[in-house]
Amino acid sequence: MISANDLRLTFGKGTPLENPALRGMSLTVNQGEFVTVIGSNGAGKSTFLNALSGEVLVDSGQILIDNQDVTRLPTHKRAARVARVFQDPLAGTCETLSIEENLALAIKRGQRRGLTSAVKRQYLDRFRESLSSLNLGLENRLGDKMGLLSGGQRQAVSLLMASLTPSSILLLDEHTAALDPKTAAFVLELTTQIIAEQKLTALMVTHSMKQALDVGDRTVMLHQGQVVFDIAGKEREGLEVKDLLGLFEKQRGLEVDDDSLLLG
Amino acid sequence: MLSEIAFFGALETGLIYGLVAFAIYLSFRVLDFPDLTVDGSFPLGAAVAAVLIIHGWNPWIATGAAILAGMAAGAVTALLNVKLKILNLLASILTMIALYSVNLRVMGRPNIALLSEDTVLTPWYDLGLAYHQVPVLLFSIVIVVALVLLWRFMKSETGLAMRATGANPRMARAQGIATGGMIVLGVALSNGLVGLAGALFAQSQGAADVTMGVGVIVIGLASLIGGEAIVTPSTVFRALIACVVGAILYRLAIAFALNADVLGLQAQDLNLITAVLVTLAIVLPGVRTNIAAKFSRNKA
Repeated sequence: MISANDLRLTFGKGTPLENPALRGMSLTVNQGEFVTVIGSNGAGKSTFLNALSGEVLVDSGQILIDNQDVTRLPTHKRAARVARVFQDPLAGTCETLSIEENLALAIKRGQRRGLTSAVKRQYLDRFRESLSSLNLGLENRLGDKMGLLSGGQRQAVSLLMASLTPSSILLLDEHTAALDPKTAAFVLELTTQIIAEQKLTALMVTHSMKQALDVGDRTVMLHQGQVVFDIAGKEREGLEVKDLLGLFEKQRGLEVDDDSLLLG
Repeated sequence: MLSEIAFFGALETGLIYGLVAFAIYLSFRVLDFPDLTVDGSFPLGAAVAAVLIIHGWNPWIATGAAILAGMAAGAVTALLNVKLKILNLLASILTMIALYSVNLRVMGRPNIALLSEDTVLTPWYDLGLAYHQVPVLLFSIVIVVALVLLWRFMKSETGLAMRATGANPRMARAQGIATGGMIVLGVALSNGLVGLAGALFAQSQGAADVTMGVGVIVIGLASLIGGEAIVTPSTVFRALIACVVGAILYRLAIAFALNADVLGLQAQDLNLITAVLVTLAIVLPGVRTNIAAKFSRNKA
């Protein structure tokens, strides 16, 4: 279980570029839940994911992963519990290393690394098996450099890497946004398949409202560093993009009312 | 062209600079950390080994101490960068400058002669080889051992974590790798190798001198880049082989240039020749691909 309580974070504090990215962000994700996160530019989606993974540390608030307080821990100390796929297909893998070396890095995520050989023989069957599930023929290219693969292929391998070892949460940061529509659909399909098969707890940020409703079992909208609505179950079933837009307008409308009240 | 003695002399120094090239491969290529500490840790290794040897220590233990001293110097550079957030290049320059004073303190004077002392080479002269062949034999063994150890390390879990740290630090952190720790370990290992090279150089040349580190970084880089131009470094093993090949060919090229009377070059032209060789090594691979591209275009 992941729980974020009243997270606050301001970039460039005390400068003219002061930017409050998180303003009292709270969210609890239960074991096995697949939550999709939407929000406009600057709503704090990426910052929230970075706060959960440890890439940025929050000014105040608390982050619990499986009831352990990780608020002050750096990224590498959270890595045993947090798996991540980045938006940029180049960011999640090392292009100068081979496919099998990238997988070998991921199979030890968050664990002690010793002086024994990194690519162990007993890993190879597992690597081949999971790569063959992609149907990209990569199982025969274990020794190839990652840099030889296309963006979609690299993103698919990133997903495999994130699911090689158990995690408390899988963070997906607009991981299909940089791909062409066909490849994006393939990677999204793969995502839902892996999450369902391994019963993963996942948080997927997306720009597409349709995608947010099509996959997962709960949708959260962020606006100005806070959760503005959170729908799941019956309430979410049959909801369409225009309904979501309506909900969003309503929320923004309320805020405008608030402002006018204050100004009036 | 080259006398046999000059040829073996070039091999001897080439093998020592092969160790420096390993070090520079580790910092510049693996960790993407431009480390100039080398110019200070090379004479540091020489100074530590020389002082211990004239105080009657076993030369191998003295050489081991030189490795540790080099590692400590590298660790200082890396910590300045990781903990105090000083730019990596600047951090290494600071350590390099500081080491000049440290080296003078270690030796107590600007140079120490080792001509009458027992060195790691002494027992090998009884093998019956010619005098100029002995260092080449011993240093060949040292560099093969260093190459195999480094290669195995790069293939280990920790070594792979170090390569990921240099190639994609954000991804490395997400995989649970403490990138700061990896930088400290890698730069320390790198300068440990340089300390070893300095200690061996002092023992084969018969003296340690506080100025002997000047330009070591450029020679190491020249060896690395030259080697990479000849042996494509597509794997770790090939990259390490490239370091050795580059260092030996560099020294041979220098020896030829200085020996060829037609060219009229003298010892003081060394740095100019180095600069020209480095430039050629950087430019030539590009020329090669250009020519290849022209040929394939003609075919099409």
